[in-house]
Amino acid sequence: MYSREEKPGSMACAGKSIIGLTVNGQLYKLEIGAEAGKVDPSDTLSFTLRETLGLTGTKESCDSGACGACTVLMEGKAVLSCMLLTVECDGKSIVTIEGLRNPQTGELDILQQAFIDHTAFQCGFCTPGMIMSAKALLNENPSPTEEEVKMALSGNFCRCISHYQVIEAVMDAAKKGR
Amino acid sequence: MSEAYRYIGKATPRIDGEEIVTGKAAFLNDLKFQNLLYGKVLRSPHPHALIKKIDVKKAEQVKGVKAVITHETMPDWKNGNPPIRLLDKKVRFVGDAVALIAAETERIAEEAKKLIEVEYEILPAVLDDYEAMKPGAPQIYENLPGNLLPLGIPNRKWATEIVTGDVNKGFEEADVVVEEAYAYDNIPGPGFPESPAAVALWEEPNTVTVWVSNHKIWRNKHELSVTFGNDVKVRVIGGACGGSYGSKVMSIQVQCYAAALSKATGRPVKVSLSKEEQLSTFVLRPATRLHAKVGMKKDGTVTAIAGSWVLGTGYYSMTTQVQLGVGCGEAMIAVRCKNWDVKPAIVCTNRNASGIVRGFGGQELKCALIPILSHAMEKLSLDPFEVLKKNFVKPGDGYYWRNAEWYDYRGIDYSRAMDEGAKVFGWKDKWKGWLKPTAVKGAKRIGVGVGIHGNADVGEDVSETHVRLDNDGRVVILAGLAEHGTGQRSNVVKVVAEVLQLPLERISISPGDSMVTPFEWGPAGSRGTYAILGAAIAAAEDAKNKLFRLAMPMLGADDPKDLETSDGIIWLKSDPQKRIEWEKVLRFRTVLGYGRFEEDYSLSNCMMSFVELQVDTETGKVDLLRVVNATDVGQVIDPHGLQGQLYGCLGSAGIDSAVFEETIVDPTTGCILNSNLIDYKWRTSAELPVIDNVVLETPIDTHRFHAIGVGEITTSPGPSAVLMAASNAIGQWLHEYPVTPERILKALGKIGRNIQKKEGGR
Repeated sequence: MYSREEKPGSMACAGKSIIGLTVNGQLYKLEIGAEAGKVDPSDTLSFTLRETLGLTGTKESCDSGACGACTVLMEGKAVLSCMLLTVECDGKSIVTIEGLRNPQTGELDILQQAFIDHTAFQCGFCTPGMIMSAKALLNENPSPTEEEVKMALSGNFCRCISHYQVIEAVMDAAKKGR
Repeated sequence: MSEAYRYIGKATPRIDGEEIVTGKAAFLNDLKFQNLLYGKVLRSPHPHALIKKIDVKKAEQVKGVKAVITHETMPDWKNGNPPIRLLDKKVRFVGDAVALIAAETERIAEEAKKLIEVEYEILPAVLDDYEAMKPGAPQIYENLPGNLLPLGIPNRKWATEIVTGDVNKGFEEADVVVEEAYAYDNIPGPGFPESPAAVALWEEPNTVTVWVSNHKIWRNKHELSVTFGNDVKVRVIGGACGGSYGSKVMSIQVQCYAAALSKATGRPVKVSLSKEEQLSTFVLRPATRLHAKVGMKKDGTVTAIAGSWVLGTGYYSMTTQVQLGVGCGEAMIAVRCKNWDVKPAIVCTNRNASGIVRGFGGQELKCALIPILSHAMEKLSLDPFEVLKKNFVKPGDGYYWRNAEWYDYRGIDYSRAMDEGAKVFGWKDKWKGWLKPTAVKGAKRIGVGVGIHGNADVGEDVSETHVRLDNDGRVVILAGLAEHGTGQRSNVVKVVAEVLQLPLERISISPGDSMVTPFEWGPAGSRGTYAILGAAIAAAEDAKNKLFRLAMPMLGADDPKDLETSDGIIWLKSDPQKRIEWEKVLRFRTVLGYGRFEEDYSLSNCMMSFVELQVDTETGKVDLLRVVNATDVGQVIDPHGLQGQLYGCLGSAGIDSAVFEETIVDPTTGCILNSNLIDYKWRTSAELPVIDNVVLETPIDTHRFHAIGVGEITTSPGPSAVLMAASNAIGQWLHEYPVTPERILKALGKIGRNIQKKEGGR
């Protein structure tokens, strides 16, 4: 689990007392500090999302960048939020699983709907990370081949082996999104 | 068959689907608690030691620390078979719990942990199962000479061996007798993604509520009640469970740590293990070493099986004796043989404990037994597909099950599913004979193999369900189930909707909370489809019958059989114009239906897996190319869920436990060297084999939908098939799992014999 070793005032945030993060379209001004509700310089992005902002849809599993459960989008690209310090993300735009629905209509993203239609999950713990990795892929490559989908999701650990149904779902979403 | 049904056999969305894809599904660490403390565990760096002195003063003085518990202050709670203390004066593996800390934040708890001073007296350790059994080996428990655990379960009749018939006579009747030793002792981990975690709130004097990540909440409640003593009221609440594969039933220790810390502080306490703690201190598959002699006739009849089966359970057992009993029964289901003399033993060592993982004893035994049978088949030039098909239990046969009772098998002949699987796989063309590759392409060789598994735990233990018809025409199912990925909760809703002919949207299911639901043993051993759904169906039928009795006078009926219902309307069959809405029948009342399933071990499921793999004889790398899983489920309930379970054959210490998965214990320090998700190898989506699932639907005599579950067993037939296929590809018998490049190259004589020899294997 997460442990905070550093104290405020380290190099990463030298000279700054507030950072700005845009998460799911909303700007959060976060104070640097060790108290609850603030961002400690040693806080990872996954910690800030889950514990400080309450966005628990992003999962932590290995907490060492090996399993992809914590995948979110930063500037549209998939990143491992357990491997990024929040202070490094100052000024960045982040999208988490909670931000995929259409904010106006509440409609699910095509990928989310495709995951439901194909039951592309079993226990569902790795699913937010899978969907965010797939989202990053479709952002860059709206018409991927099956091989490209497999490669794009190869950093996402799933022990139930939902992969086969995930690939079907992503291919289906790509087709519908065109 | 599905055409006859409104929902059964049809793909319907999982009831938790939207929550899962939007991130709303609340796993244990997503729950919010007021006033929560965080618990951490100080763990032993030694595999075997006595705690001479433990000083917690400095840790207690850290601001924000609320409690520190050691073996001296821990309640005298014990669990396991035999029961052992949760914190003991003696530590028995690297990672054994030494002290518990509760603090305001995780960081404070971690810091305080480092300030606990422990003085150990280091004891000699034993890590090898056979070494542990030898005279003079370090003794892990004072009262367990030879480090051998008692077999069976206290106060219950339980299978402890397979002894029947006359093996000497059987060997005389055989055309060939072989004697071999095989090991399946690479102790892979179940590897669920959500690490073990629990929150406990102890309210004095005697009430404890535990929020768990465990699919078997009532079983969990039972274990905690036994551990705390019956004067403690236990409530267990289970939400979304991020993978288990059976093993999270073993979360009792984590829960007891949280409970002890809560008892000490009066506040809710969460203990959530790290991935490293999970992989190095949570349960692994039991290790198997089998030395056996088998007799076989020219026609593939198995005449006798005799041998010794050693199950390595690490430092502790909660269920290994249970797995032993189930494994013995599963061997009898897979191999029809009149004469058996298989004597098991369970041995303790100074490594992390083994416990429940899909396959539950039978996968372990079969991974060694099928290769030994294969040697006999080779001598007789018999096709393993034909021999395995011939020897799987058939109507009219029987077996001793885990409770040491004999059961006459009343299920179907699964041969048709096996034939269909062989056809889809192309077995007849690909099988070239023993130790012969299917194809050779330069340095690369293709090999094929086949394995089989069946489990009579499809009808294990007890399930109860309440189906409540509310006066608004809606239905609430009270079921003690937490969802762990099989779609069990959705399937309960589905069968109730089918019985009551209601839209799915009108049915809700309670949270998995032992305070509000009736007894439910929980999903295990593929029992969900027969046992859990059986209780739900019975409860729905009972509720419908009671509703009809209320409606009878309103519709002028004499018998509930005169009535029919659909979409919340009841009508008289003989005069469908006479009809009434549920709401009008119920007005200011609810109707409660009750259903109960009682154990039935006279049925077994079955799965045969065919594998095709490629061995690179230059690098030793083995690539799994294709898997065909063949089964008959009687009637598909949930087609997507079923496919998911079948694809699951690879993960959770399944087929890949033969290809590359293993837990590596340093033989000198006892440390697990690959307790992280980089060094513990797992299959990525970049290297998926083709999987074809062949599913037949021959009605099976279970409940009104004639269905039987297969989810638990899908990991089990594959590993021995991989060993067979790799042996065939390279033309050499391989005796150990997994088939690593080193083992392949060693078998091919390309590298020296520098890999430590194990007595169980070769």
